[in-house]
Parts: sequence; C-alpha cells; structure tokens
Amino acid sequence: MTHTIEAEGLTLSYGSTKALDGVDLTVPAGTVLGVLGPNGAGKTTAVRVLSTLLRPDAGHARVAGFDVRTQPQEVRRRIGLTGQYASVDEDLTGAQNVAMIGRLLGMSRAAAKARAAELLAGFSLSDAADRSAKTYSGGMRRRLDLAASLVGRPQVLFLDEPTTGLDPRSRTEVWDVIRRLVADGTSVLLTTQYLEEADELADDIVVFDTGRVVAHGTSDELKHRTGAQTLTVRPRDRADTATVLAVLEQVAGTAPALDGHGTASVPVRSEAALGTVLDLLTTQGVGLSELAVRLPSLDEVFLALTGHATQSDNEKEVAA
Amino acid sequence: MTTATRPAPRFDVPEISSAPKLPALQQALTLAWRNVVKIRHQPEALMDVSLQPIIFTVLFVFVFGGAIAGDWHDYLTYLVPGILVQTLMFATGGIGVALNNDITKGVFDRFRSLPIARSAPLVGAVLADVVRFVTAIAVLLAFTALLGFRTTEGLPAAALAVLTAIGFAMCLSWVFVWIGLTVRSAGAVQGIGFLATFPLTFGSTALVSADTLPGWLQAFTRNNPVTHVIDTVRGLMLGGPVAGPLAWTVGWSLLLLAVFVPLAMRAYRRRV
Ligand SMILES: Nc1ncnc2c1ncn2[C@@H]1O[C@H](COP(=O)(O)OP(=O)(O)OP(=O)(O)O)[C@@H](O)[C@H]1O
Ligand SMILES: [Mg+2]
Repeated sequence: MTHTIEAEGLTLSYGSTKALDGVDLTVPAGTVLGVLGPNGAGKTTAVRVLSTLLRPDAGHARVAGFDVRTQPQEVRRRIGLTGQYASVDEDLTGAQNVAMIGRLLGMSRAAAKARAAELLAGFSLSDAADRSAKTYSGGMRRRLDLAASLVGRPQVLFLDEPTTGLDPRSRTEVWDVIRRLVADGTSVLLTTQYLEEADELADDIVVFDTGRVVAHGTSDELKHRTGAQTLTVRPRDRADTATVLAVLEQVAGTAPALDGHGTASVPVRSEAALGTVLDLLTTQGVGLSELAVRLPSLDEVFLALTGHATQSDNEKEVAA
Repeated sequence: MTTATRPAPRFDVPEISSAPKLPALQQALTLAWRNVVKIRHQPEALMDVSLQPIIFTVLFVFVFGGAIAGDWHDYLTYLVPGILVQTLMFATGGIGVALNNDITKGVFDRFRSLPIARSAPLVGAVLADVVRFVTAIAVLLAFTALLGFRTTEGLPAAALAVLTAIGFAMCLSWVFVWIGLTVRSAGAVQGIGFLATFPLTFGSTALVSADTLPGWLQAFTRNNPVTHVIDTVRGLMLGGPVAGPLAWTVGWSLLLLAVFVPLAMRAYRRRV
C-alpha cells in the first residue's frame, strides 16, 4: 500500500505545552483522513507540521514521498493548505487573491487569471469575483480560501476545519468539492469538530486528545467502540414512566437514565431495538410523545474514548 | 518503507514547468504588486507619507527658520534635503507594523506553504514601499517648489539624490522588517520603530549643521549614517562635497543589508 502521508512519533512543544506528543498517522493515496479532536488537542499543530509551517521537535513525516523536515520545498510543490483561520487577503478581490497564488506558482498572467475564474466558478463565487474579499461573508471567505489552496492542483490537501462556521448549504457544497477532488485522486487530511463531517467524507478517522492519537479506525468502527446508539423514549403520560423504564431495561440489558422531563434513554447496539420497544410499549397501552434512536455525538465519542468530556463541555459547565 | 505514488498526469501543471528565469524575483514582484493593490484599495494608507513632508516643512521652516537661519527662505533651502531623508526614515517604519499584521492574521501561512523563495514575501514588502517613498518625495518637492525651493545642480544630479535616498531607505527597511518579525504585537513594533528612528533623524544634519552642536553630540552626528545620506542629497541638489558622503552612504547601506537581511530571514523562519 502506498501512503501519501506518513508520520511517525511527531512531537512538538510550545514552551511547556506539549501540542503533539508522539503522533503517528498514515493516509493512503487517494483517501481522506479525518482528524477529530476537542479544542487544543493538537489538530492544527499537526496540520502545520505536515504542511511544513512548523518543524517538529522530534519524529518524522513524509508527505507525497518527501520528508517535511529535509525537503520542505518538494513537499510544498505538492500540497495545498486551507488553514483554520481563513488566510485570504481582505484588501484584494476574490479573483486577485486566487490569481496571485497562480502568479506565485509561476503561471503567466493570463493562465493565472483563467485558473482563478475556473476555481471561483467551481465555488459559486463568480458573481463576487471582482469584489474586495472584505465584503465576503464568512462562508464565502472559507470557499475563497479553499479555492486558493487548489490553484497548483495539489496532490495532497490539508484542510483545517474547512466547514466550521458554514451554513448547511455551503457545508454541503464544500463536501461536494472535496469529494470531487478525491475522485480525481487527491489525498486529503481534514480536521473537524463534526463527527458527521468525518462520517460523510473520511475513509479513516483518527481521534486526537492532548497531543496524542487516542483512537483510529473507520467511522463505523469508532462508533461501535463507543457503545453505539442511544434510544430515547418519552411517554405521553408520566404515570407510564415506570413501565417505560422496565421495557427499556429488558430490551437493552442495562438500566436506563431518566431526565427531568420524563425522557428515558439507554444505549443500544442497533436500530432494531426501536421496533422491539415500540411493540412492547404498544401492547402495554403506553402512549408516546417521543421515540428516537440517535447516533453518538462527538462528545459521546470523546467521552467513551478519552474518559473525559470535551473541553467545550467543561467550559459549558463552568459557565452554567 | 513505502514510497509515494508518482503523481498522475492530471496533477501536472504545465504552466509551472515553464517557470520564468528568475522565479524568486517574479515572486517578490508579485507580492509587491499585492501590497500596491492594497494601497490602491485604501489610498488613506498613503496619507502619512503625503502629509508628513508638508507638516515637517511648515513646522521647521516657519517655527525655527527665523531663529536658526535668520531668514526662512535660506533655511528652506538648507532644510529640504534633511526633510526628504527624515520623511523616508519615518516612512520605513510602517513596514514592520504591516508585516506583523500579515503574520498575525495568517496571510503569511499561505505563502509559507507555497513552493516559493522564502525571501519573497519580505522582499516584496520592501519593494512595495518604494511607492510610499516616491509619494513622500514627490509631495515634498512639489510643496517646497511652491515655496521657492530650487535645486542648483541640474536634474540628473537631483534624480541621483532621490535614488540614493530611496536606496538607503530600502536597506534601512530591513531593520524594521526584522523588528516587525521579532516583536509580538504591532503596537510594540511601532513603539520600538520610533525609538530607533528619532535619535537617528534628529541627531543628524537634517535641521542644523553639525558645527553648532556640543562636542559629544557632534561625534554622534558626524558618524550617523543619516547624516551621510543627507549630506549626499544636499551635495547633489545644492552643491558641495558628494563623493565622501556617497561612499559612506553606500557603505552603511551594504552594512545594513549584510546584518539585517540574515537576521530578518532567520526571524521569519522561526516565527510561528
Ligand atoms: N502559538 C502557540 N503558542 C503557544 N501555545 C500554542 C500555540 N499554538 C497552539 N498552542 C497550544 O498547543 C495546543 C494544541 O493547539 P492546536 O491549535 O494544535 O489545537 P487544535 O486541536 O487545533 O484546537 P482547536 O480545535 O481549538 O482548533 C493547545 O494547548 C494550544 O494552547
Ligand atoms: Mg485548530
């Protein structure tokens, strides 16, 4: 198997903060690796090391066959980077932003302009092409940034939270672009906070926590390891709560949890439990106002994999 | 050990293989163009360099002129070369602040991930500042011409004077490039810039001739590179010795480049 990205033992500290603490990862050619992790897990640092912006303290990495430490210029010839914070030039127009990259890559003025027009069209930015990027919305900036990273037709693409802050429609658009690129043979490493995004795009997922890889596998494998899905039931009449709890325990084999609104929830292995629970409750004459199975959220994945909640959860608790 | 796949044909970018002869220079010029476009979008960025020469001239000529030279018109003639260099000195400082902003905003991350010369973004910024320098000088010469300032050595000599001053300013810019890349916040860059610029500009022959100064200050003033630049400009515009000050100016310029270009490049490589 050929790997477009292979990293071994990457370590990097900012002062006393170990941002990366021995990270190993591989991305086979033409696949998408999703890097999941809470705030501060080291995702951005890993992207910056692999895209040659930072030199690791220890460990080594090869991208597109070249060592990021000793052959950074060769690596740069083959990669595209969209950073976490849109690095568009606000005072230039969208077209100028993209064409400038083309010029820097040695294209003629006409070629750079044509490439810019082509990319902007691909991101539905043609109408805004000649407007200063300052006037772009957050989502437009992200798409412009993505367009700029594709000018040199990179073999390997690094996307650091490419859809954070995008509305659902723009997010789907970006996903479509990524899928097209992958279909064309591009390898992608993308970081995200959304399990759904990794689900949609990634062939493989690694989960980061405090600078380490705490889990890797396909999306299904990871979800399986987290205890799968949650079944929630709320009876129409609170008087039926005891019956509901009994049925859930019978089906799931573990004691369900009950919240203040009378909603009972229990982890289940498969959606099939839904039908069983519905049948049992119907025969016992229990009316329901809610019955659902939901996939584990990213927070639950973290909880299961790392033994602690995500940082943002802790912050929420503090704020509450 | 695995190796990467050969890039499939669709990844070949023909435009890139026909790269220009001097890619580093073209990249620097492209990035200079970027800064110039920013100025075009935002003409107020030139306000400092357009107003400063006028304000300095008015202040110094009419406030000090009478006391220093007895006659403001004579003083104007003495002063123009001084203000010219002084304005450039203050105009160079902006580059540090601009670079610091670019880095903080992440604009440079993109450049650093591209296969371009490491120096290109810095050289581009220095080249773009020529627009500021030329604006400042044009405003100064036009305004003082209205007040009656005339050069005596002819147009080619005056042009050479301007070129010398701009050349020195471009070398001095590297000091501020280095400061801008080393210091964390843009505000601090500005403060440090002023600290460096003030003694050099005012401890020079810009406003008064060195003979009038106390001994210790004379020693500083006579060896101040800014004095050499001003004396060169004065000689080329109004007559007087040129070869000596010009040699010093070139020497100082090369020294600045030799010291601060490597320092700036190192700071750029290290800056996270
Ligand atoms: N420039 C820096 N100086 C000091 N510490 C830093 C710097 N950049 C990151 N860190 C620290 O390194 C750790 C990893 O940060 P990193 O930005 O890689 O996390 P992340 O996973 O991308 O987080 P997020 O989801 O918030 O983007 C954090 O503890 C962070 O505080
Ligand atoms: Mg990040």
